[in-house]
Amino acid sequence: MAFLFESFEGWKEYCIKHQRTLEQVVLEYEQQQKGRTPEETLSGLQKAWDVMKDAVHTGLEEDMTSRSGMINNGAKKVYRYPKPVLSKEFQQLISRALAAKEVNSCMGRVVAAPTAGASGIMPGVLYTLQEIHHLGDKKIIDAMLVAAGIALIMEQKASISGAVGGCQAETGTAAAMGAGAIVFCLDGNIDQVFNAVAITVQCMLGLVCDPVAGLVEVPCVVRNASAAAIANSSAQIALADVSSVIPVDEVIEAMGEIGASMETRYKETALGGLAATKTGKAIAKKVLIHDIEILPNEENTSA
Amino acid sequence: MAEKSSVFDMIGPVMIGPSSSHTAGVVRIARVAFKLLGGKPDVADITFYNSFASTYEGHGSDRAIIAGLLDFKTDDKRIKDSLTLARQEGVQYHFKSVGNASTLHPNTIRLNLQKGDKKVEVLGESRGGGIINIAEVDGFKADFSANLHTLIITAEDKKGSIAFIADVLAHDDCNIATMSVSRKGKNDVACQVIEMDSGLKPVTLEYLRSLSWIKAVIYIPDIDR
Ligand code: SF4
Repeated sequence: MAFLFESFEGWKEYCIKHQRTLEQVVLEYEQQQKGRTPEETLSGLQKAWDVMKDAVHTGLEEDMTSRSGMINNGAKKVYRYPKPVLSKEFQQLISRALAAKEVNSCMGRVVAAPTAGASGIMPGVLYTLQEIHHLGDKKIIDAMLVAAGIALIMEQKASISGAVGGCQAETGTAAAMGAGAIVFCLDGNIDQVFNAVAITVQCMLGLVCDPVAGLVEVPCVVRNASAAAIANSSAQIALADVSSVIPVDEVIEAMGEIGASMETRYKETALGGLAATKTGKAIAKKVLIHDIEILPNEENTSA
Repeated sequence: MAEKSSVFDMIGPVMIGPSSSHTAGVVRIARVAFKLLGGKPDVADITFYNSFASTYEGHGSDRAIIAGLLDFKTDDKRIKDSLTLARQEGVQYHFKSVGNASTLHPNTIRLNLQKGDKKVEVLGESRGGGIINIAEVDGFKADFSANLHTLIITAEDKKGSIAFIADVLAHDDCNIATMSVSRKGKNDVACQVIEMDSGLKPVTLEYLRSLSWIKAVIYIPDIDR
């Protein structure tokens, strides 16, 4: 019986008991649960990785203006700006995360990771990681397996959907996947990988989902950049063996608890937070269609 | 026990647009309609209902539906430019929004298509995560997901027809997953929608089409192929 990704603790125990690496356990799970051979899983992930890289390029090269006008080639501006705040690499990380997410907001092709709203984080993180550390695609694919394992547990223990758990569930999960992937690629041990997840989630807890006009643009695009940055800061902390103090499984449970008690106006309904601001409402009024035919009330006739 | 998620639910699917119910699901509904019509329409009237009514433009569902009517798949990069491409190909389209249709699913689309003399009407629901339900075809209750292999047969409503068709499919080694029959009236035309786990051989389809009491046979293999 393959490991079922119910807890991080269990994942680690399984690795030790069966002498497996983190990514091998994910491959076995996919084979047992979904009947995919390791070759199929690896080639599927290679395809996803190619789409992610492609999205980064598209977002940095082609015109990225959304129908609402809220997204307007921000990634390119950041990429080309002459003054880096920290370093060239940091600037690239931020612009790549923005780029891939802008592609998504502008009807381009991305990989939902774990969702479309968070589709810029893994591309930004992995692209930059690969470049700085000269990693081969094989290593990146293995890291994606580890990231998928992280998300599988987070889905079970909390949620990966903004409508269920708020934005912490979407961009938070993606950031945790990214942080785990970084530490894995930089030869961190299992504890350090999981610690990176715990620290990342600690930084993302409580984030609400409040998209302006219900469109996945504002604040979603900039949150992809900040989540990519948090993934890197957490990985830096975790690699140095600094503990998250609260164990990863408990941190994820806290995320689930916060998500469950979050009011529905903070869960993708566009009724609270930024969506409910004066400007947010004005934008909604402008971009939503108002020429709607209203039918006579049918409530009494249909049971 | 609930079905376990896949690695490709966490890293995937490869998709176009901000939300799968507004893009992938909508493309799939339109591709089913394309198959039912047997090609791209000359004229397409599209009605978006309920939650779709106010958001379809912002989420790009208009481009998604037209892309599907041009037979683009859910991950086709041309979805972005489908409105322009449709105009170039001479497809006339018209959008309409209808709110508070309380009898319909929150994300519902009605398509009235015409190609030459042929007309098709489809009512489709986008149920989230790209999953769809085709609720009606030409006024007949249909209820299929287009996820499996689907066979739609319009035939005279006569005794034994269901058993006969099931038998023919069994001879092609086909396992029937779901089957529904609806009819306009007693002894009138009946519509059978059959979802199967595996595909059918062309010869089986030919045979069904050759029967005099069968009016039309439409076969839709897995919609993402
Ligand atoms: S704000 Fe909501 S829609 Fe936007 S990325 Fe976060 S969870 Fe997704």
